Amino acid sequence: MNLLLEAIAWIFDPANWTGAGSIPERIMQHLAISATVLVIASLIALPIGMFVGHTGRGKDGAVTVSGGLRALPTLGLLTLLGLSIGIGLQAPIIALVVLALPPLLAGAYAGLESVDRRTVDAARAMGMRERQVIGKVELPLGMPIIVGGIRSATLQIVATATLAAYIADDGLGRFIFAGLKTRDYAEMLGGSILVILLALAIDGLFAIIQRLVVPAGVRATRTRELRSRPTRPRAVVGQPITEGNRE
Amino acid sequence: MIEFRGVTKQFPDGTVAVAGVDIVVPPRKTTVFVGSSGSGKTTLLRMINRMVDPTGGQVLIDGTDVATLEPVALRRSIGYVMQNSGLLPHRKVIDNVATVPMLRGEKKAAAHARALELLDTVGLDRSLADKYPSQLSGGQQQRVGVARGLAVDPNILLMDEPFGAVDPIVRSELQQELLRLQGELGKTVVFVTHDIDEAFLLGDQVVIMQQGGQISQAASPAEILANPADDFVADFVGANRGKRALHVTEVDGRRLVVDGDGRPAGVLAS
Repeated sequence: MNLLLEAIAWIFDPANWTGAGSIPERIMQHLAISATVLVIASLIALPIGMFVGHTGRGKDGAVTVSGGLRALPTLGLLTLLGLSIGIGLQAPIIALVVLALPPLLAGAYAGLESVDRRTVDAARAMGMRERQVIGKVELPLGMPIIVGGIRSATLQIVATATLAAYIADDGLGRFIFAGLKTRDYAEMLGGSILVILLALAIDGLFAIIQRLVVPAGVRATRTRELRSRPTRPRAVVGQPITEGNRE
Repeated sequence: MIEFRGVTKQFPDGTVAVAGVDIVVPPRKTTVFVGSSGSGKTTLLRMINRMVDPTGGQVLIDGTDVATLEPVALRRSIGYVMQNSGLLPHRKVIDNVATVPMLRGEKKAAAHARALELLDTVGLDRSLADKYPSQLSGGQQQRVGVARGLAVDPNILLMDEPFGAVDPIVRSELQQELLRLQGELGKTVVFVTHDIDEAFLLGDQVVIMQQGGQISQAASPAEILANPADDFVADFVGANRGKRALHVTEVDGRRLVVDGDGRPAGVLAS
């Protein structure tokens, strides 16, 4: 308990809020690394995931690859990369991208795949080109799940970006590693608390975004259908298949 | 005019959905393909707008083989109404109706103005324009589906079991509505159903399909009832089951029409 109070005291110590290596500077570095990783990983994973979800081809491959990537220990990968690339941000960024790929990939393909195939078929039969089917139908309807993937990837990146300090002088992890080395456990715990708070804050932000991207027509489902609904309202679309007549 | 010439469809897994179909769909009339599941009727319909390409034979629209036409442009020129309406759930009714005109590059204002007129045409109140499909009843959704099919004023309207998922009362309303619309607009309607009563009600020409994707008989409803081509057709239309073997009996001075089982089917009008 004492340690926790010391950690909180450390966080609120004005000396830690100014100068080189201050808390605000570390937070900005942490966010910069996380954002870089998220952008790179999204550029790789989202197009592939969308292709898989739209065409239904290569799904087995995507599942295998993302499962395999998930099993890679990030710290081990980071050590390996650090030894071959050297000190600096490159190695942690690559390791974190590998970490972020599976949830992004899964979100993208599950998002597009979740859209009712009858809706997609109707869009095509009306004369939409494949690009338009993706852009006007599958993306808007699958967006909540895609954002869910981004949310889960971001949470993992922000939490794990502490490892960047293992190999570079960057991010909130710096407090943890420095505190460990100097046996300043208040600093170490203070740094951990900051990482946790940052991760929770960003996750909360994504929770709000995820709610906002649910298309209006999907939210507007009539309340009287609640009785016959087996599960909670889902973001994804399509009329539930029900027996008998719907009126 | 739509013409099927020796059309065959075999899916990659070996299933033959359509086997050598020859049929002419006359212009400005309603042709109904009727048959049970697996008789290839939907496959035939979807060949017209190239949602399915035949593995043999040709489909011609006004003498042009559709295989030579670009699928997207072809589909945008043909109305398509499907079961469960197929409306885009994230778009308002008016945007759903205006979808195809806007895909063809029409301005939003013009497309929306026309969409409102189409809501009138299909008997929907204009106040529904800003609702989402999930806020409408099944019958209303189906009407929106028809309005969308008519949006580019196509010559051909394809209807794939459009009234299959609504209750009998609404279905009968929609059927009457379609008859009225067809009387006013005179489109070439190709309609698919498994309900023989619906087929006889709506069809100028009724095409009875049997398992394996072959045509058993194609004729007017009266002719099919008068001269069923074979036992399958007779059985399918119910002529053998007494459902349509009606006769007249007199009850309390009124002449009733009763079916083969003695159940009253109606009153004979004088």
